[in-house]
Amino acid sequence: MTAGTLHPTLAVFGRQLALYRRLWQASVFSSFVLPVLFLVSIGIGVGRYVGTLEGVDYLAWIVPGVLASTVLQISMGESTYAVLGDFKWSRAYHAMRATPVRPVDIVCGHLLYLVLRAEVAVVAFLLVVVFFGGLHSPWSLVAPLVCAVLTVATAAPVTAFAAAIDHDSYFALLYRFVVIPSTLFAGVFFPVEQLPAVVRPLAYASPLWHGVELCRAATLGRVTAWPPVVHVGYLLLWAVGGVTLAVLAFKRRLED
Amino acid sequence: MADQPLIFARDLVKRFGDFTAVNGIDLEVAPGEAFGFLGPNGAGKSSTMRMIGCVSVPTSGQLRILGMDPAREGTAIRARLGVCPQLDNLDPDLTVRENLTTYARYFGLSRAESGRRADELLEFVRLSDRAKGKVEPLSGGMKRRLTIARALVNEPDLVLLDEPTTGLDPQARHLLWERLFRLKQRGTTLVLTTHYMDEAEQLCDRLVVMDGGKIIASGSPRSLIETYSTAEVLELRFPDGLDLNGDYAAKLEGVGERIDPLPDRVLVYADDGDAALAEVHRRGLTPSSVLVRRSTLEDVFLQLTGRTLVD
Amino acid sequence: MLTTFVASPARVTRVSSGRVGAVINRNVGALRSGPSYWIVLLSGFFEPLLYLLSIGVGVGALVGALTVDGRSMSYAAFVAPAMLAVSAMTGVLAETTFNFFHKFKYAKTFEAVLATPVRPIEIALGELVWAVTRGSFYTAIFLVVMAVMGLTTPGLALAAFPATVLVGLAFGAVGMAVSTLMRGWQDFDLLNIGQFALFLFSGTFSPVRDYPLVMEILIQVTPLYHAVELVRALCLGAIGLGSLVHVAYLAVMIAGGLWFASRRLTRMLCV
Repeated sequence: MTAGTLHPTLAVFGRQLALYRRLWQASVFSSFVLPVLFLVSIGIGVGRYVGTLEGVDYLAWIVPGVLASTVLQISMGESTYAVLGDFKWSRAYHAMRATPVRPVDIVCGHLLYLVLRAEVAVVAFLLVVVFFGGLHSPWSLVAPLVCAVLTVATAAPVTAFAAAIDHDSYFALLYRFVVIPSTLFAGVFFPVEQLPAVVRPLAYASPLWHGVELCRAATLGRVTAWPPVVHVGYLLLWAVGGVTLAVLAFKRRLED
Repeated sequence: MADQPLIFARDLVKRFGDFTAVNGIDLEVAPGEAFGFLGPNGAGKSSTMRMIGCVSVPTSGQLRILGMDPAREGTAIRARLGVCPQLDNLDPDLTVRENLTTYARYFGLSRAESGRRADELLEFVRLSDRAKGKVEPLSGGMKRRLTIARALVNEPDLVLLDEPTTGLDPQARHLLWERLFRLKQRGTTLVLTTHYMDEAEQLCDRLVVMDGGKIIASGSPRSLIETYSTAEVLELRFPDGLDLNGDYAAKLEGVGERIDPLPDRVLVYADDGDAALAEVHRRGLTPSSVLVRRSTLEDVFLQLTGRTLVD
Repeated sequence: MLTTFVASPARVTRVSSGRVGAVINRNVGALRSGPSYWIVLLSGFFEPLLYLLSIGVGVGALVGALTVDGRSMSYAAFVAPAMLAVSAMTGVLAETTFNFFHKFKYAKTFEAVLATPVRPIEIALGELVWAVTRGSFYTAIFLVVMAVMGLTTPGLALAAFPATVLVGLAFGAVGMAVSTLMRGWQDFDLLNIGQFALFLFSGTFSPVRDYPLVMEILIQVTPLYHAVELVRALCLGAIGLGSLVHVAYLAVMIAGGLWFASRRLTRMLCV
């Protein structure tokens, strides 16, 4: 019997870090270069024709949106194929399951790693944005915190989904019908008030919109239209629900 | 504590829907023993192993591992198990050594201790020179050895090996057997499944033969052979045998203790194979090929189930 | 028997439409593998449409009217042809890069196909025709949507369709050529980034005139720019002699891509 000195959640986190050390170059582009390209093309290129929106220049208006959608992108990128792959192809989760590591440790270790990944991208992005003059308030410092919650709120349910399915073609559907629509319509590029009233509730339902609202309030130094506690509460709901479902799905898949 | 069995099972059952994989088995494995499950694919060996490994919940029956209840103390039990699964699940994105150190961390070992054990085990399974390399280029035998090294990283009280040499070439198998034999000599308790009789004879002190989810015989390899077979077996092939082996069996009546006509040959079970062969010739039969050999577990299995083990 | 044997070397040097058809047929067969594959395939056209609605219509409402080369148009009318060209590109690239690479490197599909009388150039052609068929399916639906939204006229849409096929062929041929150079999946990240950068900067969301001169010239060298300009000119009914440059550029992509891809396939598979 060996004396346990390291919490199993941290052991899982450590494994993810070991993998990241090997793969980080590829992620630099997707989590950092792409959002900046978006900012230049839409924020500056199209922004020239938009002028100002809600009293600020268009670039500053979409910065928090692009920031939050980057977080969504990272959440998805690491919780879909990567999770299914560790069940199906490398069977790394089965290997963990043969040790004292519990399903809840696997889920939490995975999410902990994702928060780290998201925060690295968020901080790098915010630093770049400072040079574009895209941050209007010291409240911007709160944005990384919002992004951490948004990471868990989006990654946890998707992790649960990945643990419950058997074929990766569902991910293409998830991207096409959930991720891309929410990126395009949940207040990232234009206010959701512009949407037809019929589809507006879909935007309100998406965790991304709540993240965008909070981030926008932070970087522009203004109050949200809805009480912030509603936004935070809604995100926490997704986070807690997602973690619960993920743990259940992992249990089911690893224990027959 | 010393004479308490590491594995204790009574009337253990595992069902998947309508399918009964394990149908009421009793087991006891003592410390230091090398215990084997022998049987064809689908006999229920792997399901039993997964229950012992505390990753599968028994449908009914009693199961205690290391004196603990898997349902409630699974985590504590797994902390003291080493598991080598049927399918290698090494981490392809990590190096050979990282596979061990990362796994060691799951048991809560410190970074320094993980590294020390990884180096020691790589030495033990003769993979030290591949430590910094990736897993993918390793041969099947090397991967298996790495998986076994990984199973030993927590210095387990009980090592579970599910078909450790399936799919390996003869050389790789022998190297693996030799390493496992060393483990056994150190007093590590081994529980393995196999569908190779030679493997069971090489490694197991005691084994059970499983078929259709049930244990159909148990004992040491030697005692099983003595109980269910004869000391020697005479294998006869006849030039026109394929369809006529039944007829030949009739003509061989009384040559040995038992005659078994298979599609391709006729087996004559006798304690003295040469004497039986002389009798065959005396009866004027002229087989195209003749082999006198020692009885194996294959013969035991054939006697018990009426069919060959090889699938 | 003997005559067939003697005659065959001469016959296999010619590209056979039957054998090209057989390669296409394999892909059609793979389509039947499951309903989820169908949904994935059909839904491929949604992405450019969603961009059109979000950036073209949504952001377009913030932009108002746009004047390009002396013509005034709604922002959506400016973005729509670009999304059409993008849809022609992505639909085809999905098939000729990701799927092609998988068949080529992992599934060993081509190795099996080449054990038959089918030749590398026939594989390349078959894969290309298949991919463009899939891509054209997207662009056709997209053109209908554009006409319904009043972003082009049915007549101009009919004129633009052949141009989207040309765009598909050009990107498909180059995509295949690039796939034969891929070392592993990690290279697809680079490809995706390249594709995404083209998507953002090829005069898709704002006129290239707006960019600094160096960047403008740089963009004019890249392929999607030519695809967007050609398709936009057709959709807006502003076709001119300059459009021939774009056609020529795309034609060179087709010829060069096919030549390179079949040469690489021959070299890698027929050894």
